[in-house]
Parts: sequence; C-alpha cells; structure tokens
Amino acid sequence: MLGRTVGLTEAAREQVRRELSGRRSDVSGTVFKLLLLLTLFLALAILIVLLVDVSQTAIPTIADRGGQIFGSGYSSLPANAGIKTGLIGSLYLMVFVVVVALPMGIGAAIYMEEYAKDTRVTRFINTNIRNLAGVPAIVYGILGLAVFVVLLQPVIGPGVEGRSLLAGGLTISLMVLPIVIITTQEALRAVPRSIREAGFGVGATRWEVIRSHVLPYAAPGVLTGSVLSMARALGETAPLIMVGAVTGFLATEGGVLASLQQHFTALPTLIFAYVKKPQPEFQDLASAAILVLIGMIFLVNLTAILLRNRYERKW
Amino acid sequence: MEQMVTTRMDGLTLADLAGARSRHRRERTMRAMFFSAALFSVIISIAIVASLIGGAVDFLAKVDLSTLWSSGWFPRRNLFDVKTILAGTIIVSLIAMIVATPLGLGAALYLSEYARPRARRFLKPILETLASVPSVVMGFFALRVISPDLVQRFFGSDVPVFNLTAAGIAVGILVTPLVASVAEDAMHAVPSALREASFGLGARPRTTSVRIVMPAAVSGITAALILGISRAIGETMIVAIAAGGTGGSLFNLDPLQGGQTMTAAITSLATGSDQVRGSGPAYPSLFFVGLLLFVLTLALNLLSERFVRRVRKEY
Repeated sequence: MLGRTVGLTEAAREQVRRELSGRRSDVSGTVFKLLLLLTLFLALAILIVLLVDVSQTAIPTIADRGGQIFGSGYSSLPANAGIKTGLIGSLYLMVFVVVVALPMGIGAAIYMEEYAKDTRVTRFINTNIRNLAGVPAIVYGILGLAVFVVLLQPVIGPGVEGRSLLAGGLTISLMVLPIVIITTQEALRAVPRSIREAGFGVGATRWEVIRSHVLPYAAPGVLTGSVLSMARALGETAPLIMVGAVTGFLATEGGVLASLQQHFTALPTLIFAYVKKPQPEFQDLASAAILVLIGMIFLVNLTAILLRNRYERKW
Repeated sequence: MEQMVTTRMDGLTLADLAGARSRHRRERTMRAMFFSAALFSVIISIAIVASLIGGAVDFLAKVDLSTLWSSGWFPRRNLFDVKTILAGTIIVSLIAMIVATPLGLGAALYLSEYARPRARRFLKPILETLASVPSVVMGFFALRVISPDLVQRFFGSDVPVFNLTAAGIAVGILVTPLVASVAEDAMHAVPSALREASFGLGARPRTTSVRIVMPAAVSGITAALILGISRAIGETMIVAIAAGGTGGSLFNLDPLQGGQTMTAAITSLATGSDQVRGSGPAYPSLFFVGLLLFVLTLALNLLSERFVRRVRKEY
C-alpha cells in the first residue's frame, strides 16, 4: 500500500491518511443503529402504555371495591360482579396442567430423547410434536368440543351437556402438552452424554440412569419449561370458550374433585365476558381483572426466569 | 453386588451379569409408559384431524353449496360465504405483518449485531414480557387504546371503533416477539468468520448487517415471517374482541371497517351471539372453518420449517 502511494501527489496522500484513520463520523450508520434500537424501545413503550392504561382504571376500581370484586363471581349487575369464580377456575385449570400435561409431556420427552433410536417412526413423532406446537389454540378448542364435550359427554359432564371443568382442563392440558415436550427435550439434550455413560458403565439400567442422573441434572430446565407452559395456560381463552366455559358458574364447594363434572369458568373467559358488555362499569371491572391476570402471569414467568438463572449450569 | 463379582471371578456366568429380574421388569414398564406418552401426541393429531374432517363433512352434506360463495358470512341466515372470512383473515394478517416485520426484524438485528451482552440481558426480557401478554388483554388494549388513539386519530373519527386495522395492529404487536426470536436465532447462526471478513475489508457495521448477515440469514428470516403469518392467522381473542363482525359480516375489503375472520367466526359460532345447535348447517360450519384454518396454518408451519432446515444445512 505504501509503495503505491509513493507516486501519488501530496493531496492524495493526505486523503488516504484521512480515510484510513477512520475519524469520519458514520452518520447514516448511527441513524440506522438508532432506528434498530427504536424498535426495541417501541416494544417497551407499548408494554408501558398497556400497563399504565390498565392500571389507571384497575387500581382505583380495586381500591374502591376490592373486597367485593375478589369476593363475588359473575353477575349481570355491575355492582355485584366480581372475579372470584374466575380466579378459582384458573387455579383449577393449573391443577389439570400439573396433573395431566406435565407427567405426560415429560414422559414423552424422555422417550424421544433417551429411548428412541433415530428411526423413521421417531422422526415422524418428532415432526408431529413440532407441528402440534404450531396448531392454533382455537383448533384445540374444536378438538375439545368434538371429543370431550360431544363424544365423551356421559363421562365428562352428563349434567351440563359436557361443558364441564373436566372438558376445560383436559383441553388446556392437550394444548400445552407440545410445549412441555419440546422444552423438556431441550433440557434433556443439554445433559452431557458422559453422565449417562458413567451410569451405564457401572451397570445401571436406562431408567436408573434417567432417574438418578439425567433427570436431576435436567430438572431446572424441565421446571422452567413447565412453569412457562403454566403461564401460557393461564392466559389462554379461545379453547375454553369453545368447550363452553360458562361465565360465572363454578361449583367451588368441595374443591377440584367435587366440581370436575360441573360448569367451569376461568379468569380470561370472565375478562372476555366483561369486555363485551357495553356498560362502562364492566370495562373498569375488566381492567381490574386484567391487572390481576397480568400480575399472575408475570409472577409465574418471573419464577421461571429466577429458576433458570439460579440453577442454570454450563457444561 | 460388587463384592459378589470379585469373590466369584472364577465361576462367573452370563446369568450373574444379567442383573436382577425385577430391575429388568421395571425397565420394561418404564419404557412402555414413556413410549405410550410419546405415542399419545400422535393420537392427539389424529383426533384433531378426525374431528375437523368429521364435522366438515357433516357441514358439506347439509349446506347448500351455492351459499359458500355468496354475499356474506351469516350462519344463522344460512349464508356461508368463505371469501368473507378469508378476506377478513388476510387483511388482519397483512396489517399484523406490516407492524411485526419492521419491529421484529429490527429488534432481531439489533440484538444479534449491535447489543453488547449486558444490554441484551436488559433488552431481551422486554420482548419476552411482551410475548407473555395474553391475547384477551391485547384485544382489550386494541379496543381501548389502539382503535381510538391511533386508528381513529389518523383516519378520522367516522371510522367505527370495531375495525380490522386496530385488530391487525394488536395482532402484529403480539406476533413481533415470535418473529424477533426466530429471526435472531437465524442471524446468530451466521458464522462470525463472515462478519470478520466483512469488517476486515473495511465495511461498516451497517454494511455488514445489511449486506452480509441479512442475506446469509435469509432463509431463517423468511421462516420467521412465515411463522408470524401463521400465528397471526390463528390468533383469536383479539379479533373476537376488536374486529367487530359479531354474528356475521358482509363481504368487505376495507380495513377501516369491521369484519369477520375465520377464528372470530368459529368463536361466535360456539358462544352466545350465534350459538346454534340442532340439525342445521350452522353448528357444523365451525368444524369446516376450523379445518380451513388448520390446513392453512399447517402448510405455513411446514413451509417455515423447510426454510429453517436450509439454514442448518448451510452452516
């Protein structure tokens, strides 16, 4: 390079020096970078506007008549309406996710990662799981409607035309199942092979290796995935509407088991019902319910993030 | 057991090394349980397809086929114009992608190419939090903030509160984190050797991002956008709350008017306003629309997976 510049004029030499020293400010580059950063801040701004807008009406409403809101269920009279049945219903649905979706999803993931050989059947099941994760939530609602509400009505809820807590809980569980499987698969995959080989080396069977070596190491990841899928189930509305979440009716006496075959409701369906009403008092109530729902979901997600940060290990 | 092996080294047989029979039995049971859990995911898929097709066939047998291409979607008046709900779905998804493409890709590019690890740790949770906002809440937000403060402000107050544009923008916000996350993965997978070569030639960060990283990640970016469209098509609650068209809608291509999408049509068939059971074609029509929705999203998801796999092969 130097050799070439020797023959050039003084002015050209000066130009080259300036070009190479890189002092020239890159205006369009900086603008571009700021534009990109702006997209992230726009996302943040939307979040803040959403939270502020909801809180503005929700906090005064809760402060005003919090006891009544948390103490009563659905009513068509705004003064009597509350979110109690929705809250309990959502907790019942969480029980379903824990009892049905988690064991099944973790079991399926263990088979796919630990037992299955790379055959055509395995690959088919894997593709199938991935596609199930992409199926819109409302299609799970249609599945629930056809199978639980109509086909299995005598078992699911004979007295309520099949529109029971059992139908809602099972539908939600099916919906989050692929998410549980995929996150668990990832957690299992992160456990190094050598851990398993050490177990096999001392003569343990596959299940013994999984139980006492793989699962303990994968537990944080599995737990995080499970918690995240619960957050997802908490906010889902469309499938519940399809299987007939009846706003406001929930048999709360005797806990989950007693209300299995009875009508059910959940917090998001209650919000949907209140949003659809024309009276402004119901809009305030919807805001209050939304603040509670968002609070619950953020709390669950925060738990997942803390779990991940606390127990994450690098190999 | 180890002691047994060491003391009887001379007369050791295969039977001694085989392990206790109870452990083998346990191993087989566990394996069978995990396998049935994995197989269950296939059963869910079969059940989804079977219930959709069963209902759709029922619908097609009952309906007067000429009403499938008529003036509007009014199930109670036996008008099932498919192009009405298709148009609504396409308009909402288009608007959603107009919002989500710049936001999602911009955020992905910033996170992948510009953000330092410390900034990432603060910026990434913004997207994750946005992703966790339930769709009912986003629907409420569309109705309360986006429609009056954005759409009506810019397009005049003669635009109805319930309109496709407000719903589309809200769907776009909801889809943004997904687009950003998939696109960022793709950009992250671009080997740093390519970037270093570009920098070595004296290219600026912007040139490297736009001319090197984006083209190299183009299949992953395409996959992200297709996945975004698929999610937008399947989004239900926002449209059910904010797009109008409860009970039915005339064929409409104006995004500033209310309209009916496929998902909203399904929910309104299953809930209050349009709940119609009995022998008519209205009730089974929800399975028909569900089948359309399922086929459409599945095709998009498979296409997107194709693009993702292409990235993996290249690097």
